[in-house]
Amino acid sequence: MTDNTVLNNSKAVRKSKVKKRSQLKSIWFRYKKNKLAMLGLVLLIILTLVSICAPLLANYNEDAIRQDMKNRLQFPNKDHIFGTDQYGRDLFARIIFGARVSLSISLITIAVSLSIGIIIGSVAGFYGGKIDDVLMRIMDVFLAIPQMLMAISIVAALGPGTGNLIAAMSISNVPRFARIVRSSILTIKDQEFVEAAKACGTRDGRIIAKHIVPNAIGPIIVQATLNIAETIISISGLSFLGLGIKAPTPEWGSMLSEGKEQMRYYPYLVIIPGMAIVFAVMALNLMGDGLRDALDPRLKN
Amino acid sequence: MLKYILKRIVMMVPVIIGISFLIFAIMNLTPGDPARLMLGESASNEDVEALREEMGLNDNFFVRYFNYLKGAVQGDFGVSYRSKVPVFNELFSRFPSTLKLAFGATVIMVVIGIPVGVISAVKQYSIIDNISLFSAFLLTSMPAFWLGLMLILIFALHLGWFPATGVDGFINFVLPCITLAAAMLASLIRMTRSSMLEVIRQDYIRTAKAKGAGERRLIMKHSLRNALLPVITIIGMNFASMLGGTMIIESVFAMPGLGTMTITAVRMKDTPLVIASVVFVAIAISLMNLLVDILYTYIDPRLRTQYSKR
Repeated sequence: MTDNTVLNNSKAVRKSKVKKRSQLKSIWFRYKKNKLAMLGLVLLIILTLVSICAPLLANYNEDAIRQDMKNRLQFPNKDHIFGTDQYGRDLFARIIFGARVSLSISLITIAVSLSIGIIIGSVAGFYGGKIDDVLMRIMDVFLAIPQMLMAISIVAALGPGTGNLIAAMSISNVPRFARIVRSSILTIKDQEFVEAAKACGTRDGRIIAKHIVPNAIGPIIVQATLNIAETIISISGLSFLGLGIKAPTPEWGSMLSEGKEQMRYYPYLVIIPGMAIVFAVMALNLMGDGLRDALDPRLKN
Repeated sequence: MLKYILKRIVMMVPVIIGISFLIFAIMNLTPGDPARLMLGESASNEDVEALREEMGLNDNFFVRYFNYLKGAVQGDFGVSYRSKVPVFNELFSRFPSTLKLAFGATVIMVVIGIPVGVISAVKQYSIIDNISLFSAFLLTSMPAFWLGLMLILIFALHLGWFPATGVDGFINFVLPCITLAAAMLASLIRMTRSSMLEVIRQDYIRTAKAKGAGERRLIMKHSLRNALLPVITIIGMNFASMLGGTMIIESVFAMPGLGTMTITAVRMKDTPLVIASVVFVAIAISLMNLLVDILYTYIDPRLRTQYSKR
């Protein structure tokens, strides 16, 4: 008898595990079928590998930072495959270290704004009523200001610099995440399993963290992926205006703004950093789009 | 309907007050002294202090915000710290360039976006569809300032067809408008496509086909009209966001518009001017959204009865 229960239990456990894996598997199966999405994934893996291995490919201080006026403005050749800039720095080294800067800053930005957005959105969505009204009206104020205008105002007011840039980008991203989290929570919070958890006397914080957020995570992941892409563009835009990363740190946007002066005779100075941005942003856009279709196939057309 | 419009406008008031407070706080609670920026690094501390007193910068933060709000309610939005001109005069001298830019870009966007979207939907999964979807991806992934630089490089510096800077004539706006349109084009193409795809599958389209309507008539009259509703939202939203999103493009093409003005004003801590321009853009965006909603009721009679019931 007892043996039988154990057997049944283990069967049930195994069954639930299989169920769980098959969910992930079916998402992966749908994702895999989308060629553009796979292209995005491959591009992103290349980009990540390059930025992780950057120190193996080039020397940060020697190639990317140190000025070498003897070798300035060399067109792409076999020593410098992307050529050198007006200070004689190797463009290839600056591009791959720039990938590190762009990726890490946008990841931090998204992590910060996502955590704040999840807290605000889930509190607003879960409790509803007055708290919801107040929080969402505040978010409306933020949303009424165009994102770039907001980021420029904050970063110009605080002054350029990595920390300030992250702060500005995070603040301008929070309202959008809060909105998305709130709306997905509203669709989930009245379902039976939440009610069951409530009936068991589970604390609100635990219900939100363990039952609601995991079920609402799909659209949030998609939005986060697409937001990383936008953030990369915004960061380079702010740096292009001289409001982002300080020189001489290699950053794609500031490389563009430095190269702009020489662009008539040395077009590679603006073409190459721009292509790097397009490469990274496109990888993330393709992936975000593929994820959206894979997570919720009903949405696809 | 009128009641609905009035309600929407009244609902904008708290948001606008919120924005003005937010910008006031950002400008005032961050490091940097407008008086020092106006007089320059070489000015003596006494002069800076005297100017601060004169500008009322030494009062308590909330007192100053309250004074600002009191003035604003009476129609006095302050003068620019730098030019001493009332902020709205300054704003309206810059606004036409930005408006022309946004308008031109919208025209380009519509003229290219809707036909391409329709063709992709009608010939779904064809080569044209794939190319247009891929270019849409490419365009969204391209930072506007880089596209602008590339256009300058090719069409201004090498071919010499268009000037790279300035706002003097029609020809100056060609490159900036294309740049601005490109960023927004992708969303329009994709929206037109998916909206058309949805409509094409409806029963009444099959009926129209069955009774022998020509393909042209089927697409133009039966499908496109019904697919237009979400497309108009996107056009409206894109136009509105262009008004507030031209900073970088204006600075690439060195255009004296609203965007470049705002950037300079933020850098110089010219608080009244920054508040005015951000509030102005926010009002423009919400009015634009309202306009789109009103336009809906003319396109879709079903919505009209809904509003009049309210």
